[in-house]
Amino acid sequence: MNVSDLSALLPLVIIATTVIVVMLVIAFLRDHKLTAVLTLAGLAFAGASLTLVSPMLPHRITPLLILDHYGLFYTGLIFIASFAVAALSYSYLEIHEGHREEFYLLLLLATLGCAVLAGSMHFASLFLGVEILSVSLYALVAYLRHSDRSIEAGVKYLILAAVSSAFILFGMALVYAEIGSMDFTLIAARASSPGVRGLPFTAGLAMIIVGLGFKLAVVPFHLWTPDVYEGAPAPVTAFVSTVSKGAVFAVILRYFSMVGVPISGPLFIIFTIIAIASMFTGNLLALFQSNVKRILAYSSISHLGYLLVTLLASGAMATTAAAFYLSAYFITTLGAFGVVTILSEKDRDADSMADYRSLAWRRPWLAGVFTAMLLSLAGIPLTAGFVGKFYVVAAGVGSGLWFLVIILTVNSALGLYYYLRLIVPMYTRGGEEITAAARLSLSGSAVLAGLTVLLIWLGVYPVPVIQMIQKLVQGLT
Amino acid sequence: MILTWLIVILLTGGLAAWFLGSKYGDWARWISLASLVLDLVLILYLWPAPSAEAALGHNTWLIEYNQPWIPQLGISLHLAVDGLSLLLVALTVFLGIISIICSWNEIQESVGFFHFNLLWILAGILGVFMALDLFLFYFFWELMLIPMYFVISIWGHENRVYASMKFFIFTQAGGLFMLLSILGLYFIHGSNTGSYTFDYTQLLGTPLSPTSAVLLMLGFLIAFVVKLPAVPFHPWLPDAHTEAPTAGSVILAGLLLKTGAYGLLRFVLPLFPDAAASIAPMVMVIAVISIIYGAVLAFGQTDLKRLVAYTSVSHMGFVLLGIFAGNLTALSGAVIQMLAHGVSTGALFITVGMIQERIHTRELSGMGGFWAVVPRLSGVGLVFALASLGLPGFGNFVAEFLVLLGSYRVSFVITVLAATGLVLSAIYSLWIIQRVFHGEKPEGMQMPDLSTREIGMMAVLIIVILWIGLHPQPFLNVSEQTLNSIARSDSSTQIPIRGGVQ
Repeated sequence: MNVSDLSALLPLVIIATTVIVVMLVIAFLRDHKLTAVLTLAGLAFAGASLTLVSPMLPHRITPLLILDHYGLFYTGLIFIASFAVAALSYSYLEIHEGHREEFYLLLLLATLGCAVLAGSMHFASLFLGVEILSVSLYALVAYLRHSDRSIEAGVKYLILAAVSSAFILFGMALVYAEIGSMDFTLIAARASSPGVRGLPFTAGLAMIIVGLGFKLAVVPFHLWTPDVYEGAPAPVTAFVSTVSKGAVFAVILRYFSMVGVPISGPLFIIFTIIAIASMFTGNLLALFQSNVKRILAYSSISHLGYLLVTLLASGAMATTAAAFYLSAYFITTLGAFGVVTILSEKDRDADSMADYRSLAWRRPWLAGVFTAMLLSLAGIPLTAGFVGKFYVVAAGVGSGLWFLVIILTVNSALGLYYYLRLIVPMYTRGGEEITAAARLSLSGSAVLAGLTVLLIWLGVYPVPVIQMIQKLVQGLT
Repeated sequence: MILTWLIVILLTGGLAAWFLGSKYGDWARWISLASLVLDLVLILYLWPAPSAEAALGHNTWLIEYNQPWIPQLGISLHLAVDGLSLLLVALTVFLGIISIICSWNEIQESVGFFHFNLLWILAGILGVFMALDLFLFYFFWELMLIPMYFVISIWGHENRVYASMKFFIFTQAGGLFMLLSILGLYFIHGSNTGSYTFDYTQLLGTPLSPTSAVLLMLGFLIAFVVKLPAVPFHPWLPDAHTEAPTAGSVILAGLLLKTGAYGLLRFVLPLFPDAAASIAPMVMVIAVISIIYGAVLAFGQTDLKRLVAYTSVSHMGFVLLGIFAGNLTALSGAVIQMLAHGVSTGALFITVGMIQERIHTRELSGMGGFWAVVPRLSGVGLVFALASLGLPGFGNFVAEFLVLLGSYRVSFVITVLAATGLVLSAIYSLWIIQRVFHGEKPEGMQMPDLSTREIGMMAVLIIVILWIGLHPQPFLNVSEQTLNSIARSDSSTQIPIRGGVQ
């Protein structure tokens, strides 16, 4: 490791430094605002440093990590999303009692883990990333110690994530036993060589998929999702459903599409089944929920199902589609949970339908933002979700995956129902009297405003983002 | 550029109405009215002078606007109007103005947001009628749904949430199949020619294998017959029409249904001529079923608004029949029917709305003897019931006559069956007249007659429907060139429209 390696690692170094600084500051001075500002500044600097390192791409740093356009894009996405989560958390934690400052520490650590995942080229770094992320999330999910729900969710997440880590480890061991390397490129190169026995290799890959599937919350590894989404503090839920899933998806996509382990034979069937099951389970179960966070949890399961279509489609268009869809999904999900966060009260999160009744007449702007986010999840024009879904369907059709695409289409129609079920009560008259003390938090509102602008910008004029994504795809294929 | 202005004016007008209307309700109405009138002026400016009609034969598009939008995917902002689009664009703005006026008193809650939605629906519809890029078309197709959904679910009647949900899911699901077909066409064209584009003019004439042509066409067809609607894709319609506020019903019946018919004319027939011809007999049977089924069910309703809604199914059956009969006569009839149905059914919905505003019920059992109480309202109602019946002199007569004339040369049996629809429509129209305007008046019935605003609005509608009925030639001339290019080439024994009907 030399100086140029270190400077290429600058974004990760900045995040790690911020973690230490925040930790030291907390030790001497407990100040919520100061901690939040430090965190936001660290994330902003790390984001800015991405432009500094971009001339050195692609740069392999030790066998473990690579810094390329692909990783850079996802790292950027992760930083921006974490920034939004941190800003939302500030307004959320302001009204909660107890120690608030450590929250940011954990959030930064989780972000670091995700950034490692986005750049990992090796099983070791993959596992490191997953563990840094998971361990921070155990604590984050259970952060509100006075709430039983939160603790329950934390324990659930702890057990399942630990099991899934064990699966990943075992799978890695099997693959290593057959291939003799943990490096992605070498695995891809040797995967089809005659000495490799199919069964242990495929079994190993399958176990890794199981482990990562838990993180992505795709069916049948989704059972923890609704409970954890419901129990975790709203900003943490936003983080779990965006940053953590996005980073894991990025590494899976890199492994299969970029490095070139072909998805064929049994793997193809496994992924197809997972994708279809996720779409149907997510959408059908969401129909029966009455808790907003649970609805969004099931909706995120189905969205990951859509996203898997791009993985199966493979090819330049599919990779572009995946990156675009993830960006749109990040914006939308952060926005939706952002609204939940802002509406939440001291003793509970705003997760019942009643909290949203006649919202449009009480807090029109917030209702407008939530409507926009839900419409984007449903894939309606003028929103980023529309272009994203269009891209995914186009990628599927382009690769001739007609069956999957038709299932996706049917599911979009199914999904509409529960998004509309959330939208309708907001515009119903007659609940005006349940006016909660209208808090207007500056950071939260700013984040929501920014996300809404992005949402519409991507929906109306996505050209700059598409250009950026296409550049990173070209750089790698 | 004018074409983009048409849409932009409505979009900005909608935003302005929303922001100003939240404080001063009447501002929203005046702003909306002003932006629609401005649009109308621009459209009249585009209207070809009679001397220029001959020139239409050479240049397909009267005016065109083409700008790249997302060049990476071959998507452009390609808008254009020809005679057919122009007629429908004019109808859109005309009914838009009427729907603003007719909701002047009805809508008192969140006036600004209501007009925002109204103008955005109209903008979406204008986009649908003008888009020549398939992505753009789909974009507008979806865009008009959301505000319509809000109009029904916020300002609708008792069962509005159910109705709006049903409307949205039906049309959205249909639209998604169209999306698949659009993408299929895009990739087939792209892999054949190497240029990936959504541009309509370039996709025209893409060579397709018979199977893929039929499959792709079915995707489009489903989206359009859901919107039209044809039996068995119609269940959303009675609910949505009945529960929507008056302006919503007018726009639904007058304009939204027409987007389905327009899609068939603009996309299904030209893009897949052979596939469309091969399934034409089947679709014509569906059309006849819709005509008869709609009329029979209309007769069975006890809710006046629902009755009118079912007549739409019947009338739009004629449009479907005309489109798939495929010769110029039938196509002209279909286009005239689109205009005439838009005006006459819109007017009937307004009449029902005025009655409901006065006696707070739509049930036929609560009505009767209106002639003695409100002669002016009854007179207007009579006129439009007769128009809907297809009485000569009204636009509907010309339209249905042309459709039957055209389909006669395709299938004798189907034409005879479709003609029974005329008898049935006579029955339900006379039923309306009998139940509502004549007969026993309920005890103590008292209500105000039409106000000046209402008389003016209805007078304009009557003039237009009579104009279409008595002198349809200008409308036929404007659309003839487009329809000529769509008409099936094998039906060469055309009755010359110019000489034939004058």
